[in-house]
Order: sequence, then C-alpha cells, then structure tokens
Amino acid sequence: MALEINGATYETDEEGYLANLSDWSAELAEAMAAQDGCEMSENHWEVVNFLREYYDEYQIAPAVRVLTKAIGKRLGKDKGNSKYLYELFPYGPAKQACKYAGLPKPTGCV
Amino acid sequence: MKPEFTIPVVINPPQTPAVRAGAMAHSRPFVAKAEHQQALGFPGELVDDWHDKALAKMKQLLDSSRALQVFMDSCVKCGACADKCHYFLGTADPNNMPVARQDLLRAVYRRYFTFAGRWLPWLVGAVDLTEDVLREWYAYYHQCSECRRCSVYCPFGIDTAEVTMAGREILASVGIGQKYSNEIIGKVHDIGNNLGLKPPALAHTLEELAEEVSEDAGAPVAFPLDENGAEILLVTPSADFFAEPHVDGLIGYAKVFHRAGISWTLSSHASEAANFGLFVGSHAHMKKVAERVREAALELGVKRIVVGECGHAWRVAYSYWNTLIGPFDFLDPNYPAPQHICEVTHDLIHRGALSFDKSIHDDKVITFHDSCNVARASNMGGVPGGQFILPRDIIRACCNHFVDMRDDAIGEATYCCGGGGGLLTDDLVELRVKGALPRMQALREVIDEHGVTHMAAICAICKSQFGKVMPYYEFDMDMVVSLHQLVGDALILDRGAH
Repeated sequence: MALEINGATYETDEEGYLANLSDWSAELAEAMAAQDGCEMSENHWEVVNFLREYYDEYQIAPAVRVLTKAIGKRLGKDKGNSKYLYELFPYGPAKQACKYAGLPKPTGCV
Repeated sequence: MKPEFTIPVVINPPQTPAVRAGAMAHSRPFVAKAEHQQALGFPGELVDDWHDKALAKMKQLLDSSRALQVFMDSCVKCGACADKCHYFLGTADPNNMPVARQDLLRAVYRRYFTFAGRWLPWLVGAVDLTEDVLREWYAYYHQCSECRRCSVYCPFGIDTAEVTMAGREILASVGIGQKYSNEIIGKVHDIGNNLGLKPPALAHTLEELAEEVSEDAGAPVAFPLDENGAEILLVTPSADFFAEPHVDGLIGYAKVFHRAGISWTLSSHASEAANFGLFVGSHAHMKKVAERVREAALELGVKRIVVGECGHAWRVAYSYWNTLIGPFDFLDPNYPAPQHICEVTHDLIHRGALSFDKSIHDDKVITFHDSCNVARASNMGGVPGGQFILPRDIIRACCNHFVDMRDDAIGEATYCCGGGGGLLTDDLVELRVKGALPRMQALREVIDEHGVTHMAAICAICKSQFGKVMPYYEFDMDMVVSLHQLVGDALILDRGAH
C-alpha cells in the first residue's frame, strides 16, 4: 500500500502505517489524520511529538502509563489519563497516535 | 467508530442463528510478509510445488500425531458441536460449525489418505487439493480461536484446536503464514517479547511504574528486573507492561509480593509469557519461545517460576513446559513448578498473609470471565476444578459483590472472548466483534438481573479483546478489569494496620 500526499508517494503497510520512519513529516501526519477525519490540534501534537521523542530513545512506543504520565506533566494533570487520550484518538491512543507519528503499530496482545 | 458490518443483536435467552452460507468467506487476516515467514524458517511466498508440499506436510503431521489421525477418522457428523462455537453463533456461517470447519481439512485427507477417497471420491465427499481449497483453509482456520469449547461436547473428544493448528501449519509450510502471529513469534526470538520491548525500554517502563505506584500506595512497591537470587521469576504477558487494564494486574502482583515479603523479579530475557508457537501449531517455535524462560530462571538462580495473567501461556506452562523445557529439578520442590499467580495469591490469602479492605469495591458488582485455555486446558491448586475455584475465591476475598454468569457460559463451558488463538488483530475485527456475541449475551443477562458493573479476566488477550469489542455492543470498555487489579486495589499494604 502507499500514501499519496502532494504528488509524492510513501510506502505504508496494509493498515496505512508508514513503512519507513524517515519518510515522516509534520505534513504527512496532518494528512494521515485528515484521512481519518481528525484535525491535529496542539494537544494532538503534544502526544505525537512525545511518541517520536520516546521512540527515538527506546525504538518502541511508550507504555500507556508512561505516556499518560508524560502528557499529564505537559498538558496538566487532568489530561494525564487514558480517557483524555481516547478523546484525542478515538481509535485507541497507542495505535492511532503511533500512526500519525510515523511509528510502527504496536504488536502483541494489546 | 463506524463498523462496515452488522453488529449481532444481543438476545436473551440466546438463539441459534439460521445458517447463512458464505457469510464470512471474505474474512481473512493479512498474510505474513516474506521476511516474517523466512525468519521462522517458512518459505516467503507460495511455493511452486505447493500441492505436493502441502500433502507431504499433512502426511508428516498424521505420522507424528496419532491424535490428529484419530480426529481425521473418527467424526460421525453427529452435530453435537454445531451450535457450540462462538464464531458460528455470531456469524451464522455454516463453515464455522466446528464439524464443517474440520471437514475442510478432512475432505482433502480423505481424498489422498483413505482407500475410499482415492477410488470413489464423489461417494465420500473427498476433495482435490487446489489453490481455492488453500484459500478456504486460510479463511476458516483463522476463524477458530482454538478455544476447544466444541470439544467439550464432542462424544469422541475430537479436539478442533489440533485440526486448526494442523491447517495453519500446513499453510505456513507452503508459504502462506499469518502476519500477526508470525511477526510476533519473530519478535520474541529476536527481542524476548511480543511487543519488541527492548531491555532499556522495559527497565524505564518499570522504573516509571514503581515511582507512580509507590507514590499512590504510600509504600515502596518495587518492580524488580533481572535481580539475581530472587525467590520468584515472574513471567507475564508483555501487555502487562504496556496496556490497560493489564498494567493494573501487574501492579496487583507487585503489591501481593510486597505485602507478603517475597522477593521476585522480572527478566529482560524472558519478558513474555505468551507463546504464539502454540497458535500456529509449531512445536519447534513453541519450544524455542519457552526456552527463554528456563534460561532466565537458571541465570537468575530463582527458586520458583510464577506465570502472570495470560490464558494460553498458562496452558503452555501447565501442560507443555515440563516436556519442552523441563525438568524443573532446580526449583524449590515445595511449590508447584510452574505456579500461577492466582495460586500464589490464593495460598497467601488462605494462610492469612493478606488482608483486604473490601469496602473499596462496594461500588462494584463483579462477574468473572473464565478464559478458554485456563478453563479447558489447565488446572490450579491441584484440586479438580481448581482453575474455576481459585479465581472466584480470590475475588470473593477482596470484593463483597460477586455473581456468576449462567452455567453454560462459564467454567468448562466458557465462551472464548472472540480474540484468542492468534486472532487478536485489527484485520479480523469483524470476526472478533461477532465472535464476542455469546459472552456479551451472558454479560447482558447479569447486568440486567444483578447490576453487574465489572467483568474480571485473567488473560491479556481477553482483556484487550473486550476493551476493543465491548463498545460495539454499547458497553463501557472500562468494565473489563484484571483480577489482580481487584486484589491490588483492596490489599492493605500497611503491616501495622492489621
């Protein structure tokens, strides 16, 4: 599968996750979100940016508690929970946010 | 979330649906990429001589498993299994009647391995092996979660899961593997767990967790990693590190160990309890995955191995580990080897080592989902039916309000969550939603009659599956809880208090 944005083509897996992390750009994230009918707000970006920073260090997306704790610190304690993350990413924060961040989909019993 | 399929209607008492031929013929998971196939020693794509290779594989499986041979020969089509499968009840596709699904393989078996099938194929329903047959196998052997409910009702004890495993193994051996399972098995071989969580990430995750839990609990609850000389090695599904509500179960185990003063450790080498080798029918991969546990236990010098909340992991540990990675003569003979976390907690409760503030759960009415692999392929506590008794005893010890779902949906007759056996993947979401119907019906009943608010589970797959599919049935995903979450929340950590 592939994703076409502004005339350029990017390889993805069957579910639209980028095949190459290095293809990622902010524009691409916006475009992927738009395809799902999701508009990237500042708070969406906080999550996506944190995922990318974490992935850069650990080569995996953060565990949900690591993510909620970090988001709580950045956006305020009332937002440091899964409920808020599901409001931002209704398809599931781990999977949907990873997609926009250009990370591979988490695998396993999750 | 807008589904592109019809969500089954929850009706109580449940009714067997009128069959709809081919209703799920389109359902098939993503096929494994060449790299994921080859990493496991399977061909990267459909091989040229797939016909002969598939039959040779079938012969090899028949020769090496007398059980499979008997399962191929002994079905009399009595129909006892026909209405027992959650996927049939949820999809109405007649190929999801276990007898019919098995017969997809059996028809080919008859054609090439029986006298009547060789000479009079039309008389005995024998079928030539074609690419269409392979495609049908791929579709329907990924519509069985290997839960073995049908086998409970089979007068011959035919184990459908074994037939499914054989079907999948033949497919993988000619180049058609399933992406979800095979990618995951490769990750365990490479990194040690299904997620691909490397040691630094695991260490960081556990540090963060210890900080958070200790702060909340007001006690230094540790999550030790690779600690030499610990009493217990805990092997748990990696979902416990990563997802909700799984992580609350992990927190519960840690609190139990903390309160009981038992030293324990996780291992970065064996950071996964799940063993998808079982799902794809590969003894070799099941063994290779399991070996990490033995290696870690010996390396760390532990006295006991305890398995966390993971259904099929407990099946593999309880029924296969001794053959795969035994003997466990290096462990403390005073404890079961391996031991389930529920056995640990139950024993401690029994000995008065744990006390609970049950009132913390007074806003809840709990029911319990028996996981298929625990229910029908294992035991706990060394007493008949212990795998049903122990979890319920534990819930009653820490909660005031517990009710069971109806008899034909629990215990040995429990329904699969709908996502087991390597089917917990988004490319099968229609199947997963539909297959959850019988559980959702039984749950609906206890909600209506007893005001049930939460359903506890002891399996990572069940928890993720319910979290995903319950919103389709208009249930809140937070209704699903880890059993040890109930334990951990009610456990009194302060020794001075009691």
